[in-house]
Amino acid sequence: MAYQNIFTQIQLRGEYEPGVPLDSNSDPRFGPFGYTYLMGKLGGTQLGPVYLGKLGLASLICGTLAFCIIGLNFWAQVNWDPIQFVRQLFWLSLEPPPAKYGLKVLPPLHEGGWWLITGFFLTASILLWWARTYVRARALGMGTHIAWAFASAIWLYLVLGFIRPLAMGSWSEAVPFGIFPHLDWTAAFSIRYGNLFYNPFHALSIAFLYGSALLFAMHGATILAVGRYGGEREIEQITDRGTASERAALFWRWTMGFNATMESIHRWAWWFSVLTTLTGGIGILLTGTVVDNWYLWAVEHHFALEYPATGVVDPATLPGAPQ
Amino acid sequence: MALLSFERKYRVRGGTLIGGDLFDFWIGPFYVGFFGVTTIFFATLGTALILYGAAIGPTWNPWLINIAPPDISYGLALAPLREGGLWQIITICALGAFGSWALREVEICRKLGMGYHVPAAFGMAIFAYFSLEVIRPVLMGAWGWGFPYGIFSHLDWVSNTGYQYLHFHYNPAHMLAVSFFFTTALALGMHGALVLSAVNPAPGGDVKSPEYEDTFFRDLIGYSVGTLGIHRLGLLLAVNAVFWSAVCIIISGPVWSRGWPEWWTWWLNLPIWR
Repeated sequence: MAYQNIFTQIQLRGEYEPGVPLDSNSDPRFGPFGYTYLMGKLGGTQLGPVYLGKLGLASLICGTLAFCIIGLNFWAQVNWDPIQFVRQLFWLSLEPPPAKYGLKVLPPLHEGGWWLITGFFLTASILLWWARTYVRARALGMGTHIAWAFASAIWLYLVLGFIRPLAMGSWSEAVPFGIFPHLDWTAAFSIRYGNLFYNPFHALSIAFLYGSALLFAMHGATILAVGRYGGEREIEQITDRGTASERAALFWRWTMGFNATMESIHRWAWWFSVLTTLTGGIGILLTGTVVDNWYLWAVEHHFALEYPATGVVDPATLPGAPQ
Repeated sequence: MALLSFERKYRVRGGTLIGGDLFDFWIGPFYVGFFGVTTIFFATLGTALILYGAAIGPTWNPWLINIAPPDISYGLALAPLREGGLWQIITICALGAFGSWALREVEICRKLGMGYHVPAAFGMAIFAYFSLEVIRPVLMGAWGWGFPYGIFSHLDWVSNTGYQYLHFHYNPAHMLAVSFFFTTALALGMHGALVLSAVNPAPGGDVKSPEYEDTFFRDLIGYSVGTLGIHRLGLLLAVNAVFWSAVCIIISGPVWSRGWPEWWTWWLNLPIWR
């Protein structure tokens, strides 16, 4: 079998690449810092230089604050015992305020106050980082496609932690910070609203998520397979099609009767990943606000079977049940 | 004849694994080949059996058509057609079609002088399907453990199987698989966006070189994996997502039959905490 392009066998160590020069009113870059052998097996070896800048600095400060507030809350919950902190790390949780506080701006710190402060700093950190992706692209004269794809992920984040709680009238609807606790929240959310699998936007989001994995496997594999013709030089292939593009296109044309081009495959990629979180956010926002039980909604719209009655009365439907 | 402007010089004979030049031709844009014929055979038979299953079933509603595996009581035996036998033959057809498709991809790779990355990656997806419908049911002793063929019936199966283990999110392999899926989508978004942002620059600007792509990511996060590396990274992430998905379902039942949250007690009971 001929050579298969999988890992870099000999890594080069030469002069550092300084990158595209900055204009005069920029902040300085830091680095380069050295080489990474492990990532060098896959691709680039050089670490840095990195552009910190005011936005980056502000984002990192806010992110570090959020991270530390979460960590200190966890640590306080185990009575400042470092061993129990490590032992119970995955179980520890920083919960949003209980339902009785509704949308109160700052409930007591130990009853969700810290959760709100953490959410504020984490959101500030993410939005500052978004601005950074936009500004760095423009500083290099590039398009802002990364920023707008990132905005789609931020949409899902904001729906989960901000927009939907606002619509439901309570911070208690939001996701807690914690490894197992956020998984518990996800499972409880699905059960509370009648199984999210019957939510069509959840179905779309999963289809795009799996589709993203499928597309990246197809695209990554195709480019590696035409690596011997310089297929990874995609910009060059887009502007001046060569045999690598032609073979890559014909492979899919002959396989499934259809092919993308070297540019359009990246549009497919962009849309699949963007639609994953875009449709996901819509699905979450509709849950509890517009639709209370996705299973019953599915029965009503003829895509789920109605089960025969069991004779058990749902206590939530009785008079006097908490609303 | 559906030929691209440059296509004719690539349409050459040879490169087949089997059958010589027997089916070595194209129909419209499609390459046929020996494995194209076997693909058509398995796919047509399987689709026809699904339609037959729908016809003898209670509904033509496409969301609700359901072709279920045999009852657990049949174990690993063959079942009558109407009681899961259809599901068994359809599963054989699916595996035949997927395998044929992969081998047809190999033949196309050979014709075009390409590496075998695409069929190899597709092989991982076939392995995941094989795990769900064959490996786990065989390990658990009945075809009834496989998932049914139907749009919402297979979602019900996923839901029910998850709750059989109380809370499937606590399955460590499931955690890895989901993390790989999310990371793959993230990396795909970043790669697609980066290339588009280089060839669709700020208004009035020139198309940017890969040096700009590297500079953008080094400015942003201090590292750029590069034009070749991102395709290796993406393939590796996607293949891992599928691999760990297969692992997470194979271990559910054959390796661990209680609730997945309980599995984590080994960590809480490690001797180092005393």
